[in-house]
Amino acid sequence: MGNITLRNVSKVFGAHAVIPSIDLNINDGEFVVFVGPSGCGKSTLLRLIAGLEDVSDGEIVIDGKNATELPPAQRGLSMVFQSYALYPHMSVRSNIGFPLKMANEDKAVIDKKVADAARVLNLTDYLDRKPRQLSGGQRQRVAIGRAIVRQPKAFLFDEPLSNLDAALRVNMRLEISQLHQDLKTTMVYVTHDQVEAMTMADKIVVLNRGRIEQVGSPLDLYHKPDNLFVAGFIGSPRMNFVSGSSATPYKAHTMGIRPEHLVLSKESGTWSGTVGVAEHLGSDTFLHVNVDDIGTMTARVSGDFAVTHGDRVFLTPDAQRVHRFDDKGLAIR
Amino acid sequence: MATLHTRSAARLMIAPSVLLLLAWMIVPLAMTIYFSFLRYNLLMPGMEEFAGFSNYSYFLTDPAFFQAIFNTLAIVLGVLFITVVGGIALALLLDQPMFGQGIVRILVIAPFLIMPTVAALVWKNMFMNPVNGLFAWVAKLFGLQPFDFLANAPLMSVILIVAWQWLPFATLILLTALQSLDEEQKEAAQMDGASAWSRFIYLVLPHLSRAITVVILIQTIFLLSVFAEILVTTNGGPGTQSTNLTFLVYAQALLQFDVGGASAGGIIAVILANIVAFFLMRMIGKTLEA
Amino acid sequence: MARNVSTQRKIVVTVVAWTIGILIFFPILWTFLTSFKTEAEAIASPPSLFFFDWTTENYHEVQSRSNYFLHFMNSVVVSFGSTLIGLIIAIPSAWAMAFSPTKRTKDVLMWMLSTKMMPSVGVLVPMYLLFRNTGLLDTRTGLVIVLTLINLPIIIWMLYTYFKEIPGEILEAARMDGASLTKEIIYVLTPMAIPGIASTLLLNIILAWNEAFWTLNLSAAKAAPLTAFIASYSSPEGLFYAKLSAASTMAIAPILILGWFSQKQLVRGLTFGAVK
Repeated sequence: MGNITLRNVSKVFGAHAVIPSIDLNINDGEFVVFVGPSGCGKSTLLRLIAGLEDVSDGEIVIDGKNATELPPAQRGLSMVFQSYALYPHMSVRSNIGFPLKMANEDKAVIDKKVADAARVLNLTDYLDRKPRQLSGGQRQRVAIGRAIVRQPKAFLFDEPLSNLDAALRVNMRLEISQLHQDLKTTMVYVTHDQVEAMTMADKIVVLNRGRIEQVGSPLDLYHKPDNLFVAGFIGSPRMNFVSGSSATPYKAHTMGIRPEHLVLSKESGTWSGTVGVAEHLGSDTFLHVNVDDIGTMTARVSGDFAVTHGDRVFLTPDAQRVHRFDDKGLAIR
Repeated sequence: MATLHTRSAARLMIAPSVLLLLAWMIVPLAMTIYFSFLRYNLLMPGMEEFAGFSNYSYFLTDPAFFQAIFNTLAIVLGVLFITVVGGIALALLLDQPMFGQGIVRILVIAPFLIMPTVAALVWKNMFMNPVNGLFAWVAKLFGLQPFDFLANAPLMSVILIVAWQWLPFATLILLTALQSLDEEQKEAAQMDGASAWSRFIYLVLPHLSRAITVVILIQTIFLLSVFAEILVTTNGGPGTQSTNLTFLVYAQALLQFDVGGASAGGIIAVILANIVAFFLMRMIGKTLEA
Repeated sequence: MARNVSTQRKIVVTVVAWTIGILIFFPILWTFLTSFKTEAEAIASPPSLFFFDWTTENYHEVQSRSNYFLHFMNSVVVSFGSTLIGLIIAIPSAWAMAFSPTKRTKDVLMWMLSTKMMPSVGVLVPMYLLFRNTGLLDTRTGLVIVLTLINLPIIIWMLYTYFKEIPGEILEAARMDGASLTKEIIYVLTPMAIPGIASTLLLNIILAWNEAFWTLNLSAAKAAPLTAFIASYSSPEGLFYAKLSAASTMAIAPILILGWFSQKQLVRGLTFGAVK
């Protein structure tokens, strides 16, 4: 069992409130992703849950037990660090077995659990190597192995993929998702990459300046962002925002429309503009259009749509998919 | 950044060092300050009395004091000049590709590892001695009169010995700094058509400036209190010709047993050293942030 | 990247560098050679470099006449003792400052360093009197105390710069893995810090071995380490060059060897980590 509840949790460094006050509930077995720009407090929040930092106020309840004052070792959580934090002087075997050794497990039990973890993670052939002899992806798997052997109540991941190259990152993303489905253990995952958040999470927590902007499933956040920040942060390429007189017809202070929800035509439409840069991905093309009186907008069109720099095009927002925000940036529903 | 638990453990672990150093810094220094205001001679125990600033005025008007200040500065500046200029030249030389670089490096570093009393006595007896020294033999070889270094140029001799000991230090640090200079930068400068000399002036020297500052400041701290070399070679003489401030205070305290006077001298030395230290601390403090 | 250097140039550089290197090293070499000469040969004119009757007589003489071994052991006890005690005090402090820094950590470090800037002569008088009154004058214990105190800031600084290089995340990982503070230090920190601790030990032994202010002023016949013992040759009687050389060779040889092994650490330790 591994549900985690934060009540009124805040963290203050000196005079600076990194996290003013947060309430959050993480259910057992859930894959929760904390996402937000750098400096939004997502890592601090994770470290508070881990017990690596003290909360300034509020309480953290793990499994129905108040864990606010417990040291990290007694919270029953495992963590995978951004730098993997492998012990450089120990072999892969000792690295993975370390938490069990600290728990004074039998040597035979340790060996068996390490062997099991190594098999799951494809590390069997590398057990006697030192971390420096491994590739980035292998190190990552050792870190995960070290986290799973002690069968924690929950896994904490602190930007675990940011040190890998792009191709490997996609792979590891899948592996971690797979792991979650196999183990069905609660996972709390911190990232600044909204693609990771969208693809992996059951529940996304969007953070900004230490505050929760919105909590919801990936598609919730995509379809119904609560505010401008979430609307702009989730989705790639970014949502287009239009404010002022062009937004008035939509009865909003600001209207937003995602690039994929703009209909392009060479003949007619709501707005007209000139194509600036066209990024051809093959399947799709991202057009950066200089719209008259509004500015640059991004539109996603099928890869077959043939336009080049300087062409005149017309854009029409799909009325069903328009997002409307008031003057405080909150969604109008 | 850590938890309350580790923070209080941390405080407990720092405490012994802080307390020891605090005691080491405050207790003797406070005693020195106290003694410096007493008329206090070890040969006349029980005669201590308050003396106001008379120890200071005695010390500050003593001609030997000015000689000592001059000698202290001469040793610091003389050794600094020799070691910095020589150190840069040697570092540049040792940075070149050559055969047996490691061995040459070892040879050059050696004098720094020699204890001061050995270094001074070897130079005094086996090199500078006007009768049996190697220098005397070389002079005679050329038909010259042997020169009595320690009698006729005591200060210069001391400077020479101390410089020999510190040249490796400067060389080693400058060489380390030199080797951290990006090879591509030098190649870029070469592509830009810079001559060897302008590469040295515009690229190498600015790169070394930090290391040179470090060398100057750290050596200054040590050179201000040169002691053993003077004690075993000239004993401060002839007269006070090679007495520096450290040696003067030593002589006042342990040869003339004048606790009050020596303490006043010690305080003056502390003040002078603090002026230098002030700059050194700022310098090192900056590197701490980087 | 292989640079294009002509062999001719390399040979010229080699010759110049070797000449200068040997010149700088010559006093040490000369001391070493002289230690194997007879006293007459030691001052012979012209002096002979290698061609003399090699004898180890001086080494025996130095021991039998002045109990050289006692002073050697004094040096060993004082330098190793002060270094080990210093390490025991410094390791927890450096650990705390490196891994649990507070706003004041930097100030504490700078202050510790500043105690090193105080010229010894400023506290010579009270130290001498304190030692005289407590019976510590001319004892190994007394010297160990003083050398521990004067080198403590350097030990802390060196350890601090080494510990700083150990990523904090690894220690946090150990904490997450259930290691107590003690286990964290034994299983994770210490193995990773051993190279740094060893270098610190080495450098500090060198510094303590060669320290020549307090050892000269606070010791006499009984506890005098080699620095002070050698100083007694400054006012000799009779022929003594060969014996001085023998005593000197034995006094500097261990440190020369240690020092050659720790060139890199020397730079780092002596500049308080400012130059690496």
